[in-house]
Amino acid sequence: MAATGPSSTETLERVRAGLAARYRRERRFRLFGAASAILGLLFVLMLFVSIFSNGYSAFWQTQVKLDIYFDPEVIDPGATGEPQVIGKANFDKVVRGALYDLFPDVSGRQERRDLKRLVSAGAGFELREQVLADPALVGQTRTLWLPADDEVDMLVKGYIDRDLPEASRRLKDRQIAWIDALAEKGLVERQFNAAFFTTGDSREPELAGIGGAIKGSFFMLVVTLILSFPLGVAAAVYLEEFAPKNRWVDLIEVNINNLAAVPSIVFGLLGLAVFINFFGLPRSAPVVGGLVLTLMTLPTVIIASRAAIKSVPPSVREAALGVGASAMQTVFHHVIPLAMPGMLTGAIIGMARALGESAPLLMIGMIAFIVEVPETPLDPATALPVQIYLWADSPERAFVERTSAAIIVLLAFLLVMNGLAIWMRKKFERRW
Amino acid sequence: MDTAEQAYDMTNIEKAETVPPRPDPGPEPAVVQFAPEAEPAEQEVAEERAEYDTIGDVTAKDAVMTVRDCNVFYGDNHALQHVNLDVGRNEVVALIGPSGCGKSTFIRCLNRMNDTIETARVTGEIRLHGDDINSRETDVVLLRARVGMVFQKPNPFPKSVYDNVAYGPKLHGLASNRTELDEIVERSLLRAGLWDEVKDRLDDPGTGLSGGQQQRLCIARTIAVDPEVILMDEPCSALDPIATAKIEDLIDELAQNYAIAIVTHSMQQAARVSQRTAYFHLGKLIEVDSTDKVFTNPGHRLTEDYVTGRFG
Ligand SMILES: Nc1ncnc2c1ncn2[C@@H]1O[C@H](COP(=O)(O)OP(=O)(O)OP(=O)(O)O)[C@@H](O)[C@H]1O
Ligand SMILES: [Mg+2]
Repeated sequence: MAATGPSSTETLERVRAGLAARYRRERRFRLFGAASAILGLLFVLMLFVSIFSNGYSAFWQTQVKLDIYFDPEVIDPGATGEPQVIGKANFDKVVRGALYDLFPDVSGRQERRDLKRLVSAGAGFELREQVLADPALVGQTRTLWLPADDEVDMLVKGYIDRDLPEASRRLKDRQIAWIDALAEKGLVERQFNAAFFTTGDSREPELAGIGGAIKGSFFMLVVTLILSFPLGVAAAVYLEEFAPKNRWVDLIEVNINNLAAVPSIVFGLLGLAVFINFFGLPRSAPVVGGLVLTLMTLPTVIIASRAAIKSVPPSVREAALGVGASAMQTVFHHVIPLAMPGMLTGAIIGMARALGESAPLLMIGMIAFIVEVPETPLDPATALPVQIYLWADSPERAFVERTSAAIIVLLAFLLVMNGLAIWMRKKFERRW
Repeated sequence: MDTAEQAYDMTNIEKAETVPPRPDPGPEPAVVQFAPEAEPAEQEVAEERAEYDTIGDVTAKDAVMTVRDCNVFYGDNHALQHVNLDVGRNEVVALIGPSGCGKSTFIRCLNRMNDTIETARVTGEIRLHGDDINSRETDVVLLRARVGMVFQKPNPFPKSVYDNVAYGPKLHGLASNRTELDEIVERSLLRAGLWDEVKDRLDDPGTGLSGGQQQRLCIARTIAVDPEVILMDEPCSALDPIATAKIEDLIDELAQNYAIAIVTHSMQQAARVSQRTAYFHLGKLIEVDSTDKVFTNPGHRLTEDYVTGRFG
């Protein structure tokens, strides 16, 4: 309280003099805070803009419309109808035939090869799949959209500068002229690239997709969740509710906290030594990835679960014990249900971290080039972040946009997961 | 966190040595001594024990619980010292005393709630109908079903009103079907004087009730398992006078069937609801007697200071 008497006005004066400086300091501090927040947001914005501007075009793929004649002479000369015969047929020749029909005056080996290059090497595979599915196609003519080569795709998307001298382009002048001719006839079109989400990796950018990587990541996360959530919750419950307070438990606590800070690559090395070399689990398999990521996320889940359990007020425990619940009943009927949202939030955040992790996966061979989409967690696979890493390393221009597109997909998954965590926290937030 | 618990007056412990020597109680208030008869060789022990003697009659007519030479240590802190006290059937014992004197500690011994405190160590003999509750054979779950507890802060489960009351009976298998359970819930809520207020909102969360209603819900939850003893630790400290009056009426009524021990800071409340009053001071049970006697003619200076409000 201010002193009364003659000195009180003086005190007031002094306080008032200091007040202005105090408010100034406060304003300055608030300004700094706002500036840092804006700066942080700006960086995030920069990241998003650069990735989106690079990547969004990968969700569309240039296709070429061709009248395909399923020539029996090429596909199945003996008219056997055997899948083995059809499977071995040269479908590239079928595609080529359609292109030569479009440009009858193209002649000469080099020119014809250039013309053939306009369409993806994968077009033949696509036709084979169709014929295998429906052998009646042989001998018929169908109008089909087939994927263009990645360089054509780049040109159509405007990433290739037409004014460059021919020698420093990967498309020749005559190829560009053909594409323009096709475009004029409406035979070239950008279509939604559904294959990007379903196919595995490929050397040809226009055929490469993230389907295999997504599935690999999915298997890994399933393994991680199944292992780390129950283990983490059980450990947290034990440490919080049952463990005696002694030096051993303190030691365990310190180690769990330390484990959360261990660089993830170390877990990868551990996984390599233990799961692959010692237990003989297959290399590059999502199971091993899941196990390694379990090691990595377990401390996070334990710490989050412990915090959630700690936040359950002791009065609830006392109430339960007071009516005669046993320690275990108290935990299972009251503490765990009340702590569940917090524990789930922790698990989801741990999963999101695991989803974005690549370093430990490199150690256990999930960086291999794998075309096949994995069917089970034991099949070789890559993961989304590793796929990004692999593509980022590739020289083709078309892989640049695919890298960014894969990052967009990864970010979308992370956003959904973190959003889910926030939503759950909000929804189940309790007031006692 | 219970703020009241943080307010333990630690300085009191230091002052323990400077407690003024007790005036000679004289022949009038009987000194009941439960220590084994002092032998000449144990003269020294007996002298030490004399300091813990309680003025008044610690026994009850129809004792349900008997506590003999109960000590509680929190680590090195001897929080409850050589306490002897009975809780009798159909009576309310009020436990009064300054903050930090060990009332809660004592009451928590009676249903072994102190087990949950890592540092707490309880010695002595506490019997419920003659069975030592601290013995190895005693099942603590069963004990807590027989000795219910109502806490200082209303602590309903964050579940529906119905589930709050039904939880105990369900745990102990007191109802064989839903109708029986419904009956138990209704009866308990009726007895706790809450039925009329909540009968239309049994599925609403118990935490959504008012403070007084929550406390009565907690009482209903306690009596739903039909205990023999009800322990109440400052059940009205968070309530307004109207809710308090309701709970006091309820205690009166419950005393018809149960043995009740209630901790209270309100002298008036102790006077209104209890038949016997025990005064604690710095971990010692100073005086026990009929409530009338303690408030009108206390046998000990400390008791007198406290009940007349002269105590710091
Ligand atoms: N959990 C605990 N750990 C350590 N010491 C404790 C604990 N609970 C109580 N004590 C100590 O035991 C002594 C008695 O505490 P107790 O809670 O029984 O007092 P009280 O009479 O209930 O006080 P109040 O009227 O404030 O509730 C105090 O000195 C306190 O410091
Ligand atoms: Mg208390």
